[in-house]
Amino acid sequence: MDVRIAKVRKEFDRFPALHDVSLDIHSGELIALLGPSGSGKTTLLRLIAGLEMPTDGRIFFGDIDASEKTVQERNIGFVFQHYALFRHMTILENVSFGLKVRPRSSRPPAGEIRRRAMELLDLVQLSGLEKRYPNQLSGGQRQRVALARALAIEPGVLLLDEPFGALDAQVRRELRKWLREIHDRTGHTTVFVTHDQEEALELADRLCVMSQGKIEQVGTPDAVYDTPSSPFVFGFIGESSELPVTIGSNELLLDGRSVGLPASSGTSGPARLFFRPHDVELTDDDAALAGEVTASRRVGGTRRVEIEIGNNGQKVEIDLPFDHPAGQRSRISFRPRRWRLFDVKPQA
Amino acid sequence: MAATSLKRAGWRLKQPSVIPGFGLTLGFTIAYFSLIILVPLIALGLHSAGLGLVGFWAAATDARVLGALRVSFTTALFAAAVNVVFGTLIAWVLVRYRFPGRRIFDAIVDLPFALPTAVAGIALTAIYAPNGIIGQLVAPLGWRIAYTPVGIVIAMIFIGLPFVVRTIQPILEEVSREVEEASATLGANRLQTITRVLLPSLTPAILTGFALAFARGVGEYGSVIFIAGNIPFVSEIAPLLIVIRLEEFNYTGAAVIASVMLLISFALLFAINLIQAWSRRRYGYGA
Repeated sequence: MDVRIAKVRKEFDRFPALHDVSLDIHSGELIALLGPSGSGKTTLLRLIAGLEMPTDGRIFFGDIDASEKTVQERNIGFVFQHYALFRHMTILENVSFGLKVRPRSSRPPAGEIRRRAMELLDLVQLSGLEKRYPNQLSGGQRQRVALARALAIEPGVLLLDEPFGALDAQVRRELRKWLREIHDRTGHTTVFVTHDQEEALELADRLCVMSQGKIEQVGTPDAVYDTPSSPFVFGFIGESSELPVTIGSNELLLDGRSVGLPASSGTSGPARLFFRPHDVELTDDDAALAGEVTASRRVGGTRRVEIEIGNNGQKVEIDLPFDHPAGQRSRISFRPRRWRLFDVKPQA
Repeated sequence: MAATSLKRAGWRLKQPSVIPGFGLTLGFTIAYFSLIILVPLIALGLHSAGLGLVGFWAAATDARVLGALRVSFTTALFAAAVNVVFGTLIAWVLVRYRFPGRRIFDAIVDLPFALPTAVAGIALTAIYAPNGIIGQLVAPLGWRIAYTPVGIVIAMIFIGLPFVVRTIQPILEEVSREVEEASATLGANRLQTITRVLLPSLTPAILTGFALAFARGVGEYGSVIFIAGNIPFVSEIAPLLIVIRLEEFNYTGAAVIASVMLLISFALLFAINLIQAWSRRRYGYGA
C-alpha cells in the first residue's frame, strides 16, 4: 500500500517536533527514516501508525485519508525497540493475539489462528519455541517474535521503531540480513526508523534523512551517499572531512593558493569543501591540499591519518594504505577524487 | 591448592562470591530474626501448648472463639478484595495521568499508615454512626453501617488501602506504555487491552497487595473496635476477644486464639506466596 504524508506538522506542548513534512512511500518498498536523536523520525513513524495524531496535515493510506483513523482501524504492524511482548503469554499466544482480539465476525476459527501463528513462527525461524515465554528467549529471538506478531494481522504497512537498537552488533547484522529476506518474501510496505547509517544504507531501498524535524534528503542509498544535498547529510551519512575554501575565478583556493580542484564558474567567495577520507589520491603536484600528519591510527585495512592544513590549523582526516610510510610530522599532499561544495553556513 | 580442592569436594553453604560479609550478615540476620520474630512466636506456641492437644482443641473450637475468627477472617478477606479493586484503580490514576494536586493525592494515600488507628476508628464511627454525616443518609433505608460487620469492613478498607496502592504502583510504572500501544496496534480495543494485557501482567502485584491488606486487616484492632459494636457472634473480632481473655487473666485462652489466627494467616499468606513464585518463574521478575 502506498503511504502519502502531506504537509504534516506535529507539536508537543507547543514544542514543534515536525515541521511540514511531506513524504511519499511507495507500495512494497523498504524505506529507512534516518537521523540523529531528536530529528523527529520516531514521531513521524508514530504518526503513520496513529499512535500520535498530527497537529496539522494529512496522512493517506492508498487513496484513503487515514488521518482521523484510530490505531486499531489503520491495520498497521508495529515493532517496538524494546519488543513490547506480552510476558504473561507464550510465544504462540503472543503471535496469535492480534487475530484473537478481532470481533467474532472477522475472527478466523481457533484452528486457523493456530495454523497461521505456527506458519509465522516458522517464517521467523522460531519453530519449536511456541510454548516458551518471552523472558526465556534471547533479545534477537524476542524481536523476531515481535515481528511475527506484527505480521499476523496481515498489516497494510509494517512500521519498525529502531528494531535492532537494543541488540548487540553481531545479532544486529544477522537480523538485518534476515529482515531484508523476510521483506523480499512478504513484500510488505515497510518503514523503519534507525539512527545507524550503516544499517540504513545496507537494508533500505530508499533513505529519508531527517534533522531537526525536517526531511533533509530522500533517495536511494547510492544517491544519498554519493550526492548528499546538504552539509548535514554529507556529515551524517558516511565519513567526511571538511575544509573552508574560497572559490576563485575557476579553481578552489585555500589561503590564496590553488588546491588543484576546478570550480564551476559563476559563484565566487567563501565555501565549504566536503570530501570522503577514503576518496582521495596522493599527489606530488604543488597545487594540492598539503599538510603535516598530526595523528595516525590503524582502522581495519587502512590507516587513518589526521592532517593539519592551512594557516588556521584546520584538521582533516584521510585514509592511506596501511603500509604507507607516512609518520608523525611528515608532509603529505593529496587531492580529493570526489568532493562537494556547499555555501558557508549563515552565522547563527 | 590441596586445601582448596579438598574444600571444593565437600558440601558448602557458602558460594564463592566477590560480595564480602556473607557469614557476618547471615549470622546477624538469623539472630535478629530470632530475637524479634521467632522467639515471641515460639513463646506463644509454648504457652498455648500448655493446655495439651485436647484442651487446645476445646479452647480453639469454643463457639465464641469460632464466631470471632469467622468475623475477623471474612471481613478481612472482603476488605482486601474491595481494596484490590479500588487500590488498583487509584494506582492506575496516580501512575498514568498528570493532574494538578497529583503529588498531594499521592502523599495522602500513605496517611492511613501514619494515623493512630484509634483516631481512624473514632473518625469513621463519627461519620458512619446513624447520626453521622453518611450514616444518617442510609439510616432511613434501614441500613446500619457502624456497629455491624459492614463497619468493620470499612475500617479495614481504610487501613489496608495503602498496601495495595503501594505494591501495584511501581509495577504499573514498569509495565511499559509500549505494551499497551502494541496491543492497540494489533487491533485490541481499550477493554481488551485492560483485561487481556494489563491485568494479567499486574496479577502478581495485585496478589501481593491483597495478601498485605488481608494480613493487616486480620491483625487490626484499634480502628475496628470503635466502629464494630463488638457484639459476640456478630461483630466481635478475634483480636478483641484476645484482649478480653487477657483482661480475664486467661492468658492461655488468649494464646490459643492467637495461635489459631497465626496458623490460618500463615497458611493463606504461604499459599499466595507460592502462587507468586510460580508466576514469577514463568513471566520473569516483577510484572
